[in-house]
Amino acid sequence: MTDSKYFTTTKKGEIFELKAELNSDKKEKKKEAVKKVIASMTVGKDVSALFPDVVNCMQTDNLELKKLVYLYLMNYAKSQPDMAIMAVNTFVKDCEDLNPLIRALAVRTMGCIRVDKITEYLCEPLRKCLKDEDPYVRKTAAVCVAKLHDINAQLVEDQGFLDTLKDLISDSNPMVVANAVAALSEIAESHPNSNLLDLNPQTINKLLTALNECTEWGQIFILDCLANYSPRDDRESQSICERVTPRLSHANSAVVLSAVKVLMKFMEMLPKDLDYYGTLLKKLAPPLVTLLSAEPELQYVALRNINLIVQRRPEILKHEMKVFFVKYNDPIYVKLEKLDIMIRLASQANIAQVLAELKEYATEVDVDFVRKAVRAIGRCAIKVEQSAERCVSTLLDLIQTKVNYVVQEAIVVIKDIFRKYPNKYESVIATLCEHLESLDEPEARAAMIWIVGEYAERIDNADELLESFLEGFHDESTQVQLQLLTAIVKLFLKKPTETQELVQQVLSLATQDSDNPDLRDRGYIYWRLLSTDPVAAKEVVLAEKPLISEETDLIEPTLLEELICHIGTLASVYHKPPSAFVEGSRGVQHKRLTSSAGSGESVESPDTGSAAVSEAPPTVIPSQGDLLGDLLNLDLTPPTSTGPPPTTAPGMQLGAMDLLGGGLDSLLGGDIGGSPAMGTGFGAPPAAMPASFNAPISGGLDDLFDLGGGGGLTMGTYIPPKSVWLPAMKAKGLEISGTFVRRSGVIQMEMTLNNKAMSVMSDFAIQFNRNSFGLAPAGPLQILTPISPNQSIEAALPLSTVGPVMKMEPLNNLQVAVKNNIDVFYFSCQYPISMLFLEDGKMERQVFLATWKDIPNENESQFQIKDCHLNSDAASNKLQGSNIFTIAKRTVEGQDMLYQSMKLTNGIWVLAELRVQAGNPNYTISLKCRAPEVSQCVFQNYETVLKN
Amino acid sequence: MIHSLFLINSSGDIFLEKHWKSVVSRSVCDYFFEAQERATEPENVPPVIPTPHHYLISVLRHRIYFVAVIQSEVPPLFVIEFLHRVVDTFQDYFGVCTEAAIKDNVVVVYELLEEMLDNGFPLATESNILKELIKPPTILRTMVNTITGSTNVGEQLPTGQLSVVPWRRTGVKYTNNEAYFDVVEEIDAIIDKSGSTITAEIQGVIDACVKLTGMPDLTLSFMNPRLLDDVSFHPCVRFKRWEAERILSFIPPDGNFRLLSYHVSSQNLVAIPVYVKHNISFREGSSQGRFDLTLGPKQTMGKSVEAVLVSSQLPRGVLTANLNPSQGTYTFDPVTKMLTWDVGKINPQKLPSLKGTMSLQAGASKPDENPTINIQLKIQQMAISGLKVNRLDMYGEKYKPFKGIKYMTKAGKFQVRT
Repeated sequence: MTDSKYFTTTKKGEIFELKAELNSDKKEKKKEAVKKVIASMTVGKDVSALFPDVVNCMQTDNLELKKLVYLYLMNYAKSQPDMAIMAVNTFVKDCEDLNPLIRALAVRTMGCIRVDKITEYLCEPLRKCLKDEDPYVRKTAAVCVAKLHDINAQLVEDQGFLDTLKDLISDSNPMVVANAVAALSEIAESHPNSNLLDLNPQTINKLLTALNECTEWGQIFILDCLANYSPRDDRESQSICERVTPRLSHANSAVVLSAVKVLMKFMEMLPKDLDYYGTLLKKLAPPLVTLLSAEPELQYVALRNINLIVQRRPEILKHEMKVFFVKYNDPIYVKLEKLDIMIRLASQANIAQVLAELKEYATEVDVDFVRKAVRAIGRCAIKVEQSAERCVSTLLDLIQTKVNYVVQEAIVVIKDIFRKYPNKYESVIATLCEHLESLDEPEARAAMIWIVGEYAERIDNADELLESFLEGFHDESTQVQLQLLTAIVKLFLKKPTETQELVQQVLSLATQDSDNPDLRDRGYIYWRLLSTDPVAAKEVVLAEKPLISEETDLIEPTLLEELICHIGTLASVYHKPPSAFVEGSRGVQHKRLTSSAGSGESVESPDTGSAAVSEAPPTVIPSQGDLLGDLLNLDLTPPTSTGPPPTTAPGMQLGAMDLLGGGLDSLLGGDIGGSPAMGTGFGAPPAAMPASFNAPISGGLDDLFDLGGGGGLTMGTYIPPKSVWLPAMKAKGLEISGTFVRRSGVIQMEMTLNNKAMSVMSDFAIQFNRNSFGLAPAGPLQILTPISPNQSIEAALPLSTVGPVMKMEPLNNLQVAVKNNIDVFYFSCQYPISMLFLEDGKMERQVFLATWKDIPNENESQFQIKDCHLNSDAASNKLQGSNIFTIAKRTVEGQDMLYQSMKLTNGIWVLAELRVQAGNPNYTISLKCRAPEVSQCVFQNYETVLKN
Repeated sequence: MIHSLFLINSSGDIFLEKHWKSVVSRSVCDYFFEAQERATEPENVPPVIPTPHHYLISVLRHRIYFVAVIQSEVPPLFVIEFLHRVVDTFQDYFGVCTEAAIKDNVVVVYELLEEMLDNGFPLATESNILKELIKPPTILRTMVNTITGSTNVGEQLPTGQLSVVPWRRTGVKYTNNEAYFDVVEEIDAIIDKSGSTITAEIQGVIDACVKLTGMPDLTLSFMNPRLLDDVSFHPCVRFKRWEAERILSFIPPDGNFRLLSYHVSSQNLVAIPVYVKHNISFREGSSQGRFDLTLGPKQTMGKSVEAVLVSSQLPRGVLTANLNPSQGTYTFDPVTKMLTWDVGKINPQKLPSLKGTMSLQAGASKPDENPTINIQLKIQQMAISGLKVNRLDMYGEKYKPFKGIKYMTKAGKFQVRT
């Protein structure tokens, strides 16, 4: 007597038979018939024709029959909306039943019937159930609000259900709280800015209390909700962390990972020197390790998240390398993830162990895994310099195994090692050449050809080797053809006498017999280079190559931060920003880690390396000539209008801004791991724009007059000379150098954009990452004409200080993204903090005295300025140019004490005491400020201003 | 939240579907089938598969794929944990979780799934509560139901559903009150060629079978609780008490449950119970290979090692193996190349060995890969980490329960590289 009997059919026709049974007088027969209907439904058969007959069975005291009918209704009501109305009365009646189980069941089922007409009738019963005396009913009703919202959002808002739902967060029963949070979170997903989950310390406290008592699933909802909260200060985040930590010992891995997310996020707020911070770091490792002993699919999700965690905080798992060692019967998707994390954790301390493991893996059966293991050895060599030699010898051992795909993979990575450590391991070339014959994969062939070409002078028979490749030139893949062309040209430049014939052969093959435009173009370029100026050719082709970067597969820091806030989600599994994600999430708020204000903790990229490294600080001491030029330039520029920036060609500007409009995140997210997106306008430069471009440079003369009023020897604002921010090498030919100036209260970023590429650049746009003082472009970047090759253009970008704020390390660091028709480039630069000193930064004497006393002594920092040969008046004048105002001067025992004040754009006052002793070139400066982090920057600014 | 669930058998048929929101066409599973085709082994199907409009999250249990469909951002672990719970519940209800058992009980399955999730939100997943809502099928009850027409759906709201101890129902009554605890430890280890340990860790669990009347409050203390620094508890365990006193204090669920799982990773605490001497080699140019394996006890603290089973995936080129076991029996599957040797008990006086030759395909070259040896074993009455329960006390009830504690050590993923 099993349920499989329900699947058997009779000849007469199943539906007909069932219909008769459903209308039977016998209760038992009816129930059996409904069961048959449900059974057919589960296997996907269409039994919707029986709708009226099934609904007729609804009025019953038998709970099982009722449940079965409800099951049926949920499935088919949508297809029979008119008939579904028939069921409404029974629902409404059931919502008043004495048995809470039936009340809950009714409200639950009604919510699942996705028919507009029914939802109208649902409102009243739902309102009652939300206030039901029985928590089981309330908790079911909470979910029902989410269901109803999905069907008719407007109705839910109009009926005030959202407010009732919010009230349920304060319910006495933890299960109700959990379900209310879950429902609100789901609703909030479709209203990103509705502020539905208004988290304040009181609600947080309620959630934390409910967290301890609700079911495991409720804990997940609450933890995910907590992760959205931004604590006011480090004490609050510590107390939340303390109350969340016990969840790390939960048996449900989803609870554990959600707890990890909350802790990883709130940890940012804690000062690093706090004891608790260290304790917390230690507590995070064991639960993560335990996740790895679970079922493989859990392991996979855990590993993807651990991959993020080790990039953000490598210290948590740095001693746990061994748990990532691969077991031979792990599923392939677990193996590959473990391997990835092993490389991330590889360091000088554990490299020997790691290499021994990787070598072991390279002899496994699974080809994909073996290849990745060999590649991993190469990545270790590049990451841990001390291990390079050992890695190379391991790779050579592997080559000796003569396993075809191992050899090919090894050659590909050895090429990378050569690029990283030139002129170090070339002794192995001979061994590599022995395996030339066995290479049949394009990537390996190309790598080998590159090696032969690059080291042609050390390989006696290089010409023979390359010639052998040339025989089947047309059958090779493009990658190999291009590489072969370059290699032979290199060989020719190194050994011109013997290889003339060879080079002619390859050039004609490439230019005359090939259909591939890339190959033809490259062939022609070489040909012309060689025929017009062999010396130049040598310089171009044999130029020193930039070293390859340490780790190429790191996640971009801002994306990483966002992903850390989304640990445990699909986004974290795919390492993609949540916004570019599942269809259902219509608008996701970008989450960021916020760091504590009081600690020295940085939100910047982890130490392991980042794409945005400032090239040269803009505070380099300039040569006198440059400075003069700068000053002249400034002073002699006629005071053009400082009014609104020119508004020509707004179309282009708007278009460009639109592309950037999604914010840095979407830009960064869009292109991860992908090939560099070649811009759309490439090769088709827009028509020349009217040359009405006026650089909005404010009148330097005005400034001069302004300052001149103060004293005799004013030097004017100090402007650091332009320094290269973005080298052409890193930006496909675009070089940007620039500096910052402040004129008449307007901060400007002055840039020189130099096109060193071969093609026209256009469609420029710029964006800043959040920074310490909220600097943001006040308008779009005004570059109206495309920059042709070798042309450079000056641009001035007015800045505002009302942008989003995030603390940077160093404080005056600014991360910039510049887009053009070719790609998006990132660089970071540092602005002198004096850009932010306001013109009204002169404090009243009395206020100064009071403030100086008021600021606690631990906020005072003292610095020495060495080798400064100005007297106190000259210094005072010079500083005034940078809006550092001298309030009073005292002379004590031959020592001049200058009391100075300045005010930052964000309203922070900095007070200074500068001691100048006649004849002593060393100044002493004491700085006092309520935000002592700025002192270092201010001091540096003093130093640069005084010395220039 | 979780949108739909599809159950797929090993031959690729969808034999059950359940939708908690709107109906998702089963054609969405085509993406799953594609991934399945790409994976060489059934267990290599990736657990998360993206499709244009949905995400498929799957687990493979008892040769059935449980494929959940989600549409919005849902924590994947949440879905996977839920699927595990579904599997456990089926097993609990039907004894086995097979396609036949599910088909035989399709209506109960449907009722269960409906009770476990509401609109994709978990509703009741504790087996105690489910059993009150939907009675598990037994032969007797099926008979009675057929005759009397009564149902297997509970009419009352489960008592535990909303209490502070949702895992326990009230009014539990037993004539024999008993509480048994099994401390089971599994050793996961990788041993390298030369016999030295590369990694070794212990996954331990304490499984309980508690049949006690009323609302007992138990405490369990250990002789050496310091061993347990990485633990996951059943929700019933009071965490504060553990933090402060290192005592497990809890009101147990009724019946079988996992009280605690723990992880011992520091290598000096992990004893390796057996050693393997091996020589598996092929000579260049010869179609014969040597196979020579000897097992011996290592750190067993005087206990005997039982139920030893050695298995190894031999290289693909091996055609036959002609071996001679000193005890037990061996099999070699020429298709999968899996060698299994059922050793039984290890006698320290007379070490078990398996020796002989393997023959390769004529003309085949020497295999590249080195086979890994997998070992299963059992040691009774000992937890290899040395964990010992000190005492078990009961409060809140007057009767005297019968208490029992059993220790056992097993090999988990115990691998020896050759």
